[in-house]
Amino acid sequence: MTTPLRLYVNGDRYDLDVEPRRTLADALRDDCGLTGTHLGCEHGVCGACTVLVDGQPVRACLMFAVQAEGSSVRTVEGLAPDDDTLHPVQQAFWDNHGLQCGFCTPGFLTLITGYLEENPTANEEELRDVLSSNLCRCTGYQNIIKAALAAQRTMNAESGAEPAEQAPA
Amino acid sequence: MRGWGNYVADIASHNDQVLHARFVRSSVASGRIVSVAIPPDVTGFTAADLVEVEPIRAVLHRPDFVEVATPILAGDRVRFVGEPIAVVVAATEAEAEDAAERVAVEIEQLPAVLSASAALAYDAPIVHDDVPEDHPNAPNVVVDGRITTPNADAAFAAAHRTVSVRVSSGRQSAMPLEARAAHAAFERSSGRTTLHATSQMPHVTRTGIADCLGIPEDDLRVVAPDVGGGFGAKMTLAREDVAIVWVARRLRRDVAWIETREENFLAGWHSREQVYDVDGAFTADGELVALRADIVCDLGAYCCYPVTWGVEPLMALAELSGPYKVPEYDVRSRGVTTNKCPIAPYRGVSRPIQVLALERLMDVAAEELGIDRVAIRDLNLVSEFPHRSPTGLVLDEASHRETLAIAAGMADLDDFAARQAVARSQGRYLGIGFSCFAERTGYGTPAMVARSRPFGHAEARKALITPGFERVVVAMDPSGCVTLRIGASPHGQGLKTSLAQVVCDELGLSPDQVRVIASDTDATPYGWGSFASRAMVIAGGASMLAAQDLAERLRGLAADRLGGLPGDIELTDGRARLRGTESSVPIAVLARDTYHSSHLNPDKGEPALESVGVYDPSGTFANACHVAEVEVDPLTGQVDITRFLVAEDAGKLINPAIVDGQIQGGVVQGIANALFEELLYDERGVLVTTSLMDFLPPTVAEVPDIEIAHVCTVSPATLTGAKGVGEGGTIGAPAAIANAISDALRPFGVGVFHLPATPHRIRSAIRDGHDLRLDRHPSDSEIPA
Repeated sequence: MTTPLRLYVNGDRYDLDVEPRRTLADALRDDCGLTGTHLGCEHGVCGACTVLVDGQPVRACLMFAVQAEGSSVRTVEGLAPDDDTLHPVQQAFWDNHGLQCGFCTPGFLTLITGYLEENPTANEEELRDVLSSNLCRCTGYQNIIKAALAAQRTMNAESGAEPAEQAPA
Repeated sequence: MRGWGNYVADIASHNDQVLHARFVRSSVASGRIVSVAIPPDVTGFTAADLVEVEPIRAVLHRPDFVEVATPILAGDRVRFVGEPIAVVVAATEAEAEDAAERVAVEIEQLPAVLSASAALAYDAPIVHDDVPEDHPNAPNVVVDGRITTPNADAAFAAAHRTVSVRVSSGRQSAMPLEARAAHAAFERSSGRTTLHATSQMPHVTRTGIADCLGIPEDDLRVVAPDVGGGFGAKMTLAREDVAIVWVARRLRRDVAWIETREENFLAGWHSREQVYDVDGAFTADGELVALRADIVCDLGAYCCYPVTWGVEPLMALAELSGPYKVPEYDVRSRGVTTNKCPIAPYRGVSRPIQVLALERLMDVAAEELGIDRVAIRDLNLVSEFPHRSPTGLVLDEASHRETLAIAAGMADLDDFAARQAVARSQGRYLGIGFSCFAERTGYGTPAMVARSRPFGHAEARKALITPGFERVVVAMDPSGCVTLRIGASPHGQGLKTSLAQVVCDELGLSPDQVRVIASDTDATPYGWGSFASRAMVIAGGASMLAAQDLAERLRGLAADRLGGLPGDIELTDGRARLRGTESSVPIAVLARDTYHSSHLNPDKGEPALESVGVYDPSGTFANACHVAEVEVDPLTGQVDITRFLVAEDAGKLINPAIVDGQIQGGVVQGIANALFEELLYDERGVLVTTSLMDFLPPTVAEVPDIEIAHVCTVSPATLTGAKGVGEGGTIGAPAAIANAISDALRPFGVGVFHLPATPHRIRSAIRDGHDLRLDRHPSDSEIPA
């Protein structure tokens, strides 16, 4: 038994037929071919499958695809423009050696992007709190924190927002 | 980074034709399979279908080694919960899961052995009843090594004081964020199968599978694409990989298996469930003159391939003395088989617990003898090199005392003591702990040979595997760009970047002119892979040798053109320059002419720019001192790591950012092992920690910033000067944390001798006023001597 589903992913429209039990993660990977969204635990703990649904970070393994009907989904593939440049968060991960095996990276990139877009003036403590949503097994997190802070500086410089240290704690 | 990675599961997602496999696994710890019924509308296979497939065998040539076979699918016996019994395939993962649910398995339960002490009991059930009766080992003991120096007993008899500790560790999981996966594609035109697998050693995986299936290795190509972390857990041959290749060949289809997190916990290898009873003989001044130990490792139900289930007990046997001068040594180390998931190497293997044993011994001895804990370490650390350990290991040039001094300086012990005193007066408990260790890295064939002791004849030679060397091929194309093909197989360590740097340095090229090709048996020379902190030392040395040889050829070609001798030519910035002149020629021109005007090659040199490098060193030792500062809440048992220091000597740092990344990640895994992570079985042998809600890896909220200082000792034992750094963080951190918690809880008379030191255990120890020690299974008997 399948049901029709319309998703907007990274600006593209996908008309799919999926089983109601299909998760959003499986729909993105297997039906849309967007395999940048990774599955590390399939029970909502590791956060590797984090995507932005209407701007909000969600665990794509815990959401049924049909729950995203009509929603706008942003995955790691949709962060950077379609040229050789990287999104500021991606660039910061690159500059700060923020990844080793790369498996958790898409989840951290989408999580940080979604959070900083909503909270450009977050302080380091708030940022660490949000980063504790996801697991990384290689880096020990040090360079992920550095990258997130660097990305925040770049994004704020580009948008003209106040830098974090001047924001109220 | 942009979502363009290529992990095994991604290959399956992009393959519309692939069949998805699911394994049916044992739900009991020990039993006899009565029947396995696969519904007629389900495509599935059992051991009965795989009769012609050989089991996995890995052996060491030692009289105390017990060889057992690991069937690909369990036939008549199951020996742990999670053991694969049948495999089914369907068009989607969900349908395969549904089909697996419908396979009916009937198992007659047998008594299970669920702890090392139970395995050693005189009336214990026998896990492997096919071991020859005349084998010298006690039942269930599969490795029983002993190294004794001649005067050990005399040293203990003469000692001022004998200090004893018993340390132990719970079961751990490497838990790579990507679980295991396999995608086998059968090519009808050639009859070959291409296996994409989450492997740290694709060449050895191919050998292992080809041996099981009885096929030439060339019928199989093994590729490790992007691999989402390994930490040792992906170097061991998976029964599931063999099964998937067999199914693909049988059905002449593409077949994929994507392991679930639950399966990974159940069957994706465990590690480090060990107990060490250690005595140290000390002089009144604190000199450690002899070490005695009885070590028991719970190895689970089967023997891992290729390194065997000797890996934990024999490493502990050979390396227990660590960075310390220990003249006399009497150590027995046993591995016992139990009805639990088999063990396999995990970052550090036995060393985190070895170091825990020695470093707790040092702290307890310092307290009993009234000596400062930095001073007692300084007194006993090896300071003259090369140093021969009591087990015959040669410690090459290192900086044990220097790293201790640097770490102690960074820790500012006077300041800490003042803060500790103030905190205690406020009812807060701070502690600081040290951990010194030597990390044996980059050992090639000679070290691997030493694990076996020759006996009898080589009748089992076909199963004997002795890893070690690495071989690389460097080739320059007509445009002057270089490919480096390596047998090692990186999976997140940045090895390609580091090796490209080594080659660039020799050839005067920029990194974008060097491409490193790895992890594909069709495209790379045979090699052992990435494990044991070895790749930068061994593959790095081989790359250096190959690049030097190619550089020599280029210098000859340049000298022929520019005049002078090859020794007068230097290769820099993409050009070959005649020293002391303005004359130079682009390396790309030399390359192009070598191929396209080969008739002009001097000395009729062959029309190729290619060199092979082989390196097979006997090994080196990186070293470090870790310091942990903690605050313990005695009301909740919660431990907060407030500071973590690492003074590390990894030799020459080829790429400092990558080295620091390895240390930081390693330390956090060490913190995980010390405080949070543990695999727990219930009294029936059912694993209860099967999700990330039960097995708790640290998040960013639980880890401190890690401060790193480097010492760079130049050792002749490594060609590139790099000493290997992959495991050190995980090796040293647990002991530093155990010592720090013990320091904090001194007012309660509580010391930490078992890890992980969970809040529950710390609370119980404080409440009951005893040390934090091994929780015993109620039915456990004492481990006999």
